[in-house]
Amino acid sequence: MIQVFNFVLVIFLIICALAVQHTDDLVGSIIIFAAYSLIMAILWLLLAAPDIAMTEAAIGAGVTTILFLVVISRTRRMEK
Amino acid sequence: MNDLIVKTIVRWVIPFIQLFGVYVVFYGHVSFGGGFSGGALIGASLILYAITFGLKASKKMVPHKRSQWMESLGILWYIALGLVGIYTSAYFLGNKAAGFYMGEAGQLLSAGIIPLLTIGIGVKVASTMITLFQKLVEENEDV
Repeated sequence: MIQVFNFVLVIFLIICALAVQHTDDLVGSIIIFAAYSLIMAILWLLLAAPDIAMTEAAIGAGVTTILFLVVISRTRRMEK
Repeated sequence: MNDLIVKTIVRWVIPFIQLFGVYVVFYGHVSFGGGFSGGALIGASLILYAITFGLKASKKMVPHKRSQWMESLGILWYIALGLVGIYTSAYFLGNKAAGFYMGEAGQLLSAGIIPLLTIGIGVKVASTMITLFQKLVEENEDV
């Protein structure tokens, strides 16, 4: 059961990683990247590393997203 | 941002995030987590405060001078604790050899130098996070 869950998460992770690259709207791309970080946090938890999972959830899904959004608010939103 | 619901919820949630961050910092040597994780949690709560109540309120709460002091004191505390090991004729960052209190394994007051170092790292990481955010936002005020 846990292996099926793991498999689904990894597939979703790969789809997210590809979608980040293929999205033209950079804000949407950042939101997909936050979802990627959240999936990665759950995967770290399944790999028995709860401290890394906590750091990933706080930094990957929280702080990095906000810093990227601040940078985009100072430049263009759409990718050329 | 000027929304009553967001402001109220953030005002209620921030103390719990900070309490959890402080817990993770202090129990870094007993359970999972440590200085970086707990400091990141505290820094994230400060950033949450900044994006809800604006840069001006954030600068009133954590002025640049204060975060500068916290950042410098964090790393100087780490280095000073490391030099205690050399002073007591052990090695740099010596733990048991330098005569720190080891205690019972699993208790809060144990593991000698490690919880003290963890507090320094937590302070430094938290102040670094909020400084990074304030410096990025500083020139366009409408975030």
